[in-house]
Amino acid sequence: MRKTIKLKRGLDLKLAGGVTDNSYKTVTPERVAVIPDDFAGFTPKLEVREGDIVLEGDALMHDKTCLEIKLVSPAHGTVEQVVRGARRHIERVVIKTIEPESPCRAEEGCGRPAPFWKNFRFNREDADSVRHALMDSGLWAMIRRRPFDIIPQENDTPRDIFVTAFDSTPLAPSLEAQIKTKNNEIEAGIKALSLLTTGHIYIGVRPGDSLPDYAGAVMVEFAGPHPAGNTGIQAANIAPVNKGDVIWTLDIVTLARIGSLMLNGSVPMDTVIAVTGPEVEKPTLIETKIGAEISPLLKDNIKNDGHNHRIISGNVLTGEKVSIDGFIHFPWRQLTVIPEGDDTDEFMGWASIAPSKMSVNRSFPGHFLFGKMFKPDARLHGGRRAMIMSGQYDKVFPMDILPEYLIKAIIARDIDRMEQLGIYEVAPEDFALAEYVDPSKLELQKIVREGLDFLRNETT
Amino acid sequence: MKPLRKFLNRVKPNFEEGGRLHAFHSVFDGIETFLYTPNTTSGPKGTHIHDNFDSKRLMIIVVLALLPCLFFGMYNTGYQNMLASGTKADFWQLMAYGFLAVLPRLVVAYVVGLGIEFIVAQWRKEEIQEGFLVTGILIPLICPIETPLWMIAVATAFSVIFVKEVFGGTGYNIFNVALVTRAFLFFAYPAQMSGDKVFVSTKPICGLGGTVNFADGISGATPLGQIATHTGGELQLQDVIGDPISTWDAFLGLIPGSFGETSTLCILIGGVILLAFGIASWRIMFSVFAGGLLMGWIANTFSTPTYPASFLPATDQLLYGGFAFAAVFMATDPVTACRTNAGKYIYGLLIGAVAVLIRTYNNGYPEGAMLAVLLGNALAPLIDYCVVQSNVSRRMKRLKTEERQ
Repeated sequence: MRKTIKLKRGLDLKLAGGVTDNSYKTVTPERVAVIPDDFAGFTPKLEVREGDIVLEGDALMHDKTCLEIKLVSPAHGTVEQVVRGARRHIERVVIKTIEPESPCRAEEGCGRPAPFWKNFRFNREDADSVRHALMDSGLWAMIRRRPFDIIPQENDTPRDIFVTAFDSTPLAPSLEAQIKTKNNEIEAGIKALSLLTTGHIYIGVRPGDSLPDYAGAVMVEFAGPHPAGNTGIQAANIAPVNKGDVIWTLDIVTLARIGSLMLNGSVPMDTVIAVTGPEVEKPTLIETKIGAEISPLLKDNIKNDGHNHRIISGNVLTGEKVSIDGFIHFPWRQLTVIPEGDDTDEFMGWASIAPSKMSVNRSFPGHFLFGKMFKPDARLHGGRRAMIMSGQYDKVFPMDILPEYLIKAIIARDIDRMEQLGIYEVAPEDFALAEYVDPSKLELQKIVREGLDFLRNETT
Repeated sequence: MKPLRKFLNRVKPNFEEGGRLHAFHSVFDGIETFLYTPNTTSGPKGTHIHDNFDSKRLMIIVVLALLPCLFFGMYNTGYQNMLASGTKADFWQLMAYGFLAVLPRLVVAYVVGLGIEFIVAQWRKEEIQEGFLVTGILIPLICPIETPLWMIAVATAFSVIFVKEVFGGTGYNIFNVALVTRAFLFFAYPAQMSGDKVFVSTKPICGLGGTVNFADGISGATPLGQIATHTGGELQLQDVIGDPISTWDAFLGLIPGSFGETSTLCILIGGVILLAFGIASWRIMFSVFAGGLLMGWIANTFSTPTYPASFLPATDQLLYGGFAFAAVFMATDPVTACRTNAGKYIYGLLIGAVAVLIRTYNNGYPEGAMLAVLLGNALAPLIDYCVVQSNVSRRMKRLKTEERQ
């Protein structure tokens, strides 16, 4: 019997450009990249140099504080470029892929005695050896832990592990379709993770989905609008994080990858990307590699309507702006293209009653057009202000937390108050909807991220 | 609209760093962002789309909600003057008279207040904030029509500087700026702000209206003023020429009083606009009325001749004076009100009850709404603190139960 939790607070944004067709084509990228900044809490140390040959699953970087936590190459190829920013900060490691038809084998004189792809050998019954296999294979870094919303620490023993089996973010592809055939992997993944936690493994699902009740996990149904699919929201409504607790959060696709590692000794590095958004000609699903370059995925698929475009790796709420020659960021599931909006001249926009304006406020007629799909652009639609309206964030924040007060405590860098108001329970993504509705246009996710980093530096 | 955009683009360099008119760049920014939605886009990380609702929209809807009160105030000002002076006039003459009476007050409030806002924004290198758009229209609405212009100027300057700007500007103030303007006038110039001669415009303006001579049996006392000075005998409220006032008159607002506060009907229209658009908190609005009714009922149940206002039925308490205006427009100011949902109920009940309490049991102050809201403003952080603390202690309790297990 699954438990059902109904979430009332939240908001489903009605955006044009969702994927309607579940079939997908395959694109093999010429380049893939690993971007260490996507893994919060990971301080990269390079293990490769430009020109090195790497295999799928080979380590590219390790964490400075824990040598065993690694980021691995998602494809075979050569390290083409290590892009560095200010103060030699590693921005990304770019791999030029080699066609899989010409595998690099030692007996063919490639100079490196390795199998086609990396095979991890470890004892599948022993917690420590599973732990090391996860770190070694790069899967460790795909998990997040709270507090602080960073990659798990070396010696974490999570109280519980929360897995979300659906993505409720705007225009997100269905995860259910991607894991349909992977029940064995998922159960193997659950078995592996259960070695690492003292508590339960919770899987958050939508009511009425087709997923079976996996052995070893507690299935919990979540009804209601976004952010119901956020692991943090699910955790807060199942068993909130207290001071001193550690929980891990991941999505079910990562769980299936962990299962593959358990069953086959290797990690599948392919992923399904949804190309979505109002400025996409034909929204589609594309199977490609993790961290693939973007231009072939969007080829001939961006509307040529004279607008400036914004390409987002991820969804419109939590994603990252990328350029057309960029790469897909963690967690690699979606590309959204929206109008940038900086080329428009809107006269007295604040007085507009045009039905094309998307808003939660009832003074916009668009609010009442229930079937309408909107095409918002990236403008702020106003200036940054102090918090004026009250109770706006609460409406889209389904946790027992007072978001306004937490934000104020974070801005004030008041550690005691942050702890009291529940900073250990939150991640920046939980504030994404609040940032969208905020009439004062504050950068809430940035504020929360900085607050979490500050707290981590101060307390550890 | 292209020529205007082109003109703005052409003059823009003058206002930028190093330009000739750089000293006025905040003024230019203010005008430009008012005319054209700024094209600032979201950063590379974080939310890429934003709701169309912003603080300009917020303020403009409040101004919209205040317009019925403003227009009725014009009509009523003309009506009271003509009634008291015995001149005959048609609707448009009444409106014109009221318009001319309030115009200088509106202009003075806006010029002084916006002037200070522009200077401070320039000085702090910030954008101009919209808060004063509402405050500027509220000030003439809550002052008696005969308040001298220089007093409005002094009081507006005082409260914009010392109540808003020293705290950091719009969004940071503890007290409602418009109400402090009113309170400043009330305590600094009591003779001009109360009594029975300030609520009716007494002189002809531009040939409209007549001269009111208070000597010949004409009294400009407001209903609450009459109640406060009532001594013995049956209480019968009267209008300026001594005819009785019906509850209906009071509801429509054809009674002497502060410019925009008399018409409960127009205030309710404004309240409906605020609630329909989700601007003001219904929690606050309804609990202020509930608190007023409750306290009015208690006072009426224990009515005594010592406190003549206690003879008013509870519903009448809501019709007279500034009660309804305070409930709809003043108590709901989101910046100075409670910010937690539970706190809003307490805050509203407190304001409603204290407003009636002051006007009934303190003969020195015929009206208590202003003081009640200011008291509510002062207590709002405390109420919020208690509500926040209950959330904190729930979290602590959770931690303790976990440790025990």
